[in-house]
Amino acid sequence: MSILIDKSTKLIVQGITGRDGAFHTSKMKEYGTNVVGGTSPGKAGEFVDEIPVFNTVRDAVNETGANTSVIFVPAPFAKDAMMEAAASGIRLIVCITEGVPTLDVVEAHSYIKRMGANLIGPNCPGLMSPEKSLVGIMPSMVFKKGSTGVISRSGTLTYEVVYNLTENGIGQSTAVGVGGDPVVGLYYIELLEMFENDPDTDSIVLIGEIGGDAEEQAAEYIKNHITKPVVAFIAGRQAPPGKQMGHAGAIISSGSGTAAEKIAAFEAVGVLVAKETKEIPDLLKSRL
Amino acid sequence: MKIHEYQAKEIFSTYGIPVEQSIVCRSVEDAVKAYSRIDSQKVIVKAQVHTGGRGKAGGVKLANDEIELRKHAAAILGMNIKGFTVDRILVGQAVNIAKEFYVSYVIDRRSKSAILMLSKEGGMDIEEVAKNTPEKIYKFAIDPSIGVPDYLAREAAFKLFNDINLVRQAAVIIQKLYKLFRDSDASLAEINPLVLTEEGNIVAIDAKMTFDDNALFRHPKIAAINEPTEEEKKELFAKSKGFSYVHLGGEIGCMVNGAGLAMATMDIIKLYGGNPANFLDIGGSSSPTKVIEAMKLLLSDKNVKVVLINIFGGITRCDDVAKGLLEAFEQIRTNVPVVIRLTGTNEKEGRALLKNTDLHVAKTMSKATRIAVELAEQQQN
Repeated sequence: MSILIDKSTKLIVQGITGRDGAFHTSKMKEYGTNVVGGTSPGKAGEFVDEIPVFNTVRDAVNETGANTSVIFVPAPFAKDAMMEAAASGIRLIVCITEGVPTLDVVEAHSYIKRMGANLIGPNCPGLMSPEKSLVGIMPSMVFKKGSTGVISRSGTLTYEVVYNLTENGIGQSTAVGVGGDPVVGLYYIELLEMFENDPDTDSIVLIGEIGGDAEEQAAEYIKNHITKPVVAFIAGRQAPPGKQMGHAGAIISSGSGTAAEKIAAFEAVGVLVAKETKEIPDLLKSRL
Repeated sequence: MKIHEYQAKEIFSTYGIPVEQSIVCRSVEDAVKAYSRIDSQKVIVKAQVHTGGRGKAGGVKLANDEIELRKHAAAILGMNIKGFTVDRILVGQAVNIAKEFYVSYVIDRRSKSAILMLSKEGGMDIEEVAKNTPEKIYKFAIDPSIGVPDYLAREAAFKLFNDINLVRQAAVIIQKLYKLFRDSDASLAEINPLVLTEEGNIVAIDAKMTFDDNALFRHPKIAAINEPTEEEKKELFAKSKGFSYVHLGGEIGCMVNGAGLAMATMDIIKLYGGNPANFLDIGGSSSPTKVIEAMKLLLSDKNVKVVLINIFGGITRCDDVAKGLLEAFEQIRTNVPVVIRLTGTNEKEGRALLKNTDLHVAKTMSKATRIAVELAEQQQN
């Protein structure tokens, strides 16, 4: 098994005719993801890499039975795209778009929740269940099928960590990039719970960074609910306060959200924290 | 993006939130003129800078007459508060304070919504209150689909007041503050303190707003009043090139694709005994033009002794990245040693392309960092 996406995933791409949308549609299809359609208002009847384009998500869902959507539309239109997906019966919405206004995410997330669907992102690389399904922009060749679940707030840092795991013979069940914005959809706690319940996951790597207190909450949750070994890495030990480090959510405000606090929170509950990414495979092996 | 108190108060006024009469001034003469126009003998002179702690720094003073006003205006103008030089002061009517409160809206990551925060401990550093006496702060998560209806504003106002007339006044302010928070895509709208005057009126005597940078595209009027510091100007310039840059002050300049990896890179430099000069994320792709621009930015920092380029080739193939780097370094002539770490798709081909150059090439982050730290030490000696 794996979490959130697998062979039963039927994916549509919102913004399929755009540069990034078209490029990653081909990559996902090439990897074996079941991409059943895409949307681009006014372009129904066209095809991208032999995948049919629809005017609306509703048409795409009605015609293809899609259950998952990945969004590549520009930031000013991302809120609308997320809400359209939820309104049309999509169950898992993955928003790749960077730079979406926070209050747009707040509104879209609230609506998606009311519709009973799940959101991942925005400003995320998507997710990957090796040899089953790729939804998003992760580079498939660094992954290897296995039983370690990966949760991360970052993109290339995730690839770096996964690359290290794969090189050391540790495969992954599912890797999820939750996104680098202050407000995003599914986060550590929900995903930790899913990995705990996934029989094919035997360990978890959590890649956090400065800003907010989600890592501290995750540590508390791990203490009370997670039986599988967890290894963590926190980026931003050297980040100065008050400065946004690339990701909109990566900022130490009023002295809180520092790497030191997060590392201490994990260590206090027995989660091993790697000092550098290359330590992660050995720390994981020491717990398996 | 931050704005000044006087600018926030202008926005408050347009939404009908009561503020005391005040005038922004750029000189002592301006301040004297303003004083003659304010219907109050006593006035407060306040430094307008993009930082907190103005009072403690001596940037907020009460003047009882024109002589005192001149003295305080002259002292505060030109004052340095936490690295900011005061070029504007706000001269405002001194109100007779009976009690001070705290009201704000902020984005709350945990509830994934805006939250309304209130406290009877107004006028204090709210972070201190939150840390030491969290029970004195009341929080209400705002459902974005309904906003702040009357009942909710009333419920919140009852946390601060018992008198129904005061509750009514406060509830209106609470609703208006949410409206302006929402309308302007703020990430913070704060009144600290919100004051009950001895005359029984509720007035905002301070105002603080920050805005979501990602939403400025739809608020051109707000974007137009942005006043970036010198450091922020460099960051904004970097942003216009598609980078994220933060100056840190060390001797090893770094260029990385991806924000998380860029943070991990500055951390590993420190872990290995060096000092990162900056955080620089050049984004997912790494075309020659981007590398050239990024190198220029790094080399403009005279403290930089070594440049460490850390690229994880995911979607972008390493051989393409290597070609781009070669093209870039044909154009940039520099004596600063450059270490390149290249891993990912087609990494062997990529590293082979860089073999017979002056560039130091490494396969792993730790190896590249070790080389960069050693080179930096050699440069120091």
